Amino acid sequence: MMPVILWTDALIFLLIAVGVVSVWWIRRRPHLMLPWQRVAKSRVGMVSLLVLSLFIIVGVLDTLHYRAALPEKNNGQTVYSPEVLSVFDVLAGGLRSRTEKTYSAPLAAYLYAKESLETTDGKVMRNYPRLKFGGAHLADPERELVGDVVKRGVVGALGGLLVGGLFAWLVGWVRRSLPKRDDSGQLCPPYTLRALLITALVIAAFVGTVANLASVYHVLGTDKVGQDVLYLSLKSIRTGLVIGTVTTLVMLPFALLLGVAAGYFRGWVDDVIQYIYTVLSSIPSVLLIAAAVLMMQVVIEKHADWFETAAARADVRLLCLCLILGVTSWTGLCRLLRGETLKLREMEYIQAAQAFGVSSFRVLTRHILPNVMHIVLISVVMDFSALVLAEAVLSYVGVGVDPTTISFGTMINAARLEMGRDPMVWWALASAFGFMLVLVLAANLFADAVRDAFDPRLNRTESAT
Amino acid sequence: MIAYLIRRILYAIPILIGVNLLTFALFFVVNTPDDMARMQLGIKRVTPEAIAKWKEQHGYDKPLLFSAKAVGSGKLTDTIFFEKSASMFVLDFGYSDDGRNISREIQTRMMPSLAIALPTFFVGLLIYITFALLMTLFRATALDIAGVALCVVLMSVSGLFYIIGGQFMVSKLWHWVPISGYAGGLDSIKFVVLPVIIGVAGGVGSSSRWYRTIFLEEIGKDYVRTARAKGVSELRVLFRHVLKNAMIPILTGVVVVIPLLFMGSLLTESFFGIPGLGSYTIDAINAQDFGVVRAMVFLGSVLYIAGLILTDVSYTVVDPRVRLQ
Repeated sequence: MMPVILWTDALIFLLIAVGVVSVWWIRRRPHLMLPWQRVAKSRVGMVSLLVLSLFIIVGVLDTLHYRAALPEKNNGQTVYSPEVLSVFDVLAGGLRSRTEKTYSAPLAAYLYAKESLETTDGKVMRNYPRLKFGGAHLADPERELVGDVVKRGVVGALGGLLVGGLFAWLVGWVRRSLPKRDDSGQLCPPYTLRALLITALVIAAFVGTVANLASVYHVLGTDKVGQDVLYLSLKSIRTGLVIGTVTTLVMLPFALLLGVAAGYFRGWVDDVIQYIYTVLSSIPSVLLIAAAVLMMQVVIEKHADWFETAAARADVRLLCLCLILGVTSWTGLCRLLRGETLKLREMEYIQAAQAFGVSSFRVLTRHILPNVMHIVLISVVMDFSALVLAEAVLSYVGVGVDPTTISFGTMINAARLEMGRDPMVWWALASAFGFMLVLVLAANLFADAVRDAFDPRLNRTESAT
Repeated sequence: MIAYLIRRILYAIPILIGVNLLTFALFFVVNTPDDMARMQLGIKRVTPEAIAKWKEQHGYDKPLLFSAKAVGSGKLTDTIFFEKSASMFVLDFGYSDDGRNISREIQTRMMPSLAIALPTFFVGLLIYITFALLMTLFRATALDIAGVALCVVLMSVSGLFYIIGGQFMVSKLWHWVPISGYAGGLDSIKFVVLPVIIGVAGGVGSSSRWYRTIFLEEIGKDYVRTARAKGVSELRVLFRHVLKNAMIPILTGVVVVIPLLFMGSLLTESFFGIPGLGSYTIDAINAQDFGVVRAMVFLGSVLYIAGLILTDVSYTVVDPRVRLQ
């Protein structure tokens, strides 16, 4: 087994490292903790964070890539499979490998299309064949299917509830055994915790049901080449998360540096930076993205020898898409930061610092930067959901991710042509939209909670504890 | 005000040159004129002579940005960049790779684009503002909370879903209007209805919520309290005072978009098979037709800058305190 770190993997690890360091940094500073405590008090915010973290766990598991060693050896050297897998693929196990011949409906035991079948007495009949894996354990699906699905579902839900209940009991026990503090010092007040635990129980029951059914059925059906739609949807999560976070990661330095510099130095620096972002923002963004993506495709096609595996090529394309989206989307944040810096530089404490002869660099990093961070944070969480939605649209137009990359956009693109079939193939489309809705809704609600907690325009009367 | 407008228009020129340089660089960094010739001629007929001839015919036989051989100002003007972009400032876009006049193409395709974009814009604006005002009227009640929740859910749904779902429901299940296509004149109405409804529905979530925030911010101000203290009814407060004073933030977001309506919507037009500027652009992008893409980018930038200027002018209309200098 050889671990593989693709470009986007490296950036995600960087992002996680940044996250861990900033949590450690913030926890030690009460004035920085205060807005996060407000987030923690919001029930909707915390519940959506819980849902988001489930998506993030799937995405991170799907980021740990490796290439399996093949059994044969070449001159004593281990040969690795050209297929790049992830830890998630291993955990998903059968979901990935149990492919049918073509479409099949959710929880079906029969294929979607009729085939010529040979009956026991040698006659040939056209009928729906049994699936290779979905419901293969049933002797007579037409009679047993519903009962079996209900039975397995209930067993799975009970199992999930049991695990969730144990977890909830554990949390309660830990809380009781911790030394009591006054209520304002608690990170998570009891009513938020209760909402969180109830959500966790519901999710546990839901995951238990799906997991128990998925072991013998295709819970969300199969697509044209017989791949399990549930597996595809779960794999799409990583692509969505990468687009939503890595884009921000690459555009943030530009926006921060240029926006603050333009506002602070003014004069010709301001003119140049304003010129750059007016030029960029005056081009319709879809056109700019499309043109840049097409050019990138030409480069990648010309240099096919740069990439060792197909996954590496698709990954570079994903990264380039993030870069391009970043270039087109930093202008808005840059303008906001410039405006805020213009306001801040006239404040007394900045003028005092300047009068004391503090260098520009120090004024910028010590006094200006910390005071614009709330704008950065709010716009980052707000942009996330817009970027996830944009990916689907761009992939649909044909300027998005590589066609081999599993993403919501490619799923929708593949499924939309099948709407015309009779009976309709709706499950792939519905799953892609459903997963996207849950992800984006959770992100939007969390973003609202963050904005409410950080927005200085809302007057609050509370003190750091 | 006239002086201000002239200054703004002059300031647009360097920006447009920058836009042109950017698109130019984007295309020619990876795609040399030789590549373009090869792609246009097809694989079979490619000989060095044929490529040279194609380049000469289409004006690509000059240096890209800087001509060292020419003299004087010719060093800058005798290049592909200058020849291809100077004429755009008088709105002459030249010919596309398949030999059609781009300016005429734009003129004929503008109408279908506008037929979709204008109703979507105005109907949308009306509905969003009405919805937002209703939520403001019932603020902090269950109705308001339900409205906001609905908005958040609606804005979390992918725009593709509105198009695919709407197209499927209305056209396939109910057979009301044709799925796609376009016809001129009065016939166009039945083709326009569905895209307009879908376009409006797609924006309800984010726009209504945004307008509601603006109204709520306005309703907390002192003049509203004064008006109420004088016994003005709540409806009158909303329409006479709040709506008027909320115009500035609303106009900031809205007026910029008006000129861009000419560009049409890429997604809607390609989905509904409407022969507008949006689908024209998508086709050009897929065919890598540099001439058309550059023309559309240029047009887009011009309209965007016009939108910014219009926004400033509109401030003076709604707020007499604003003077442009």
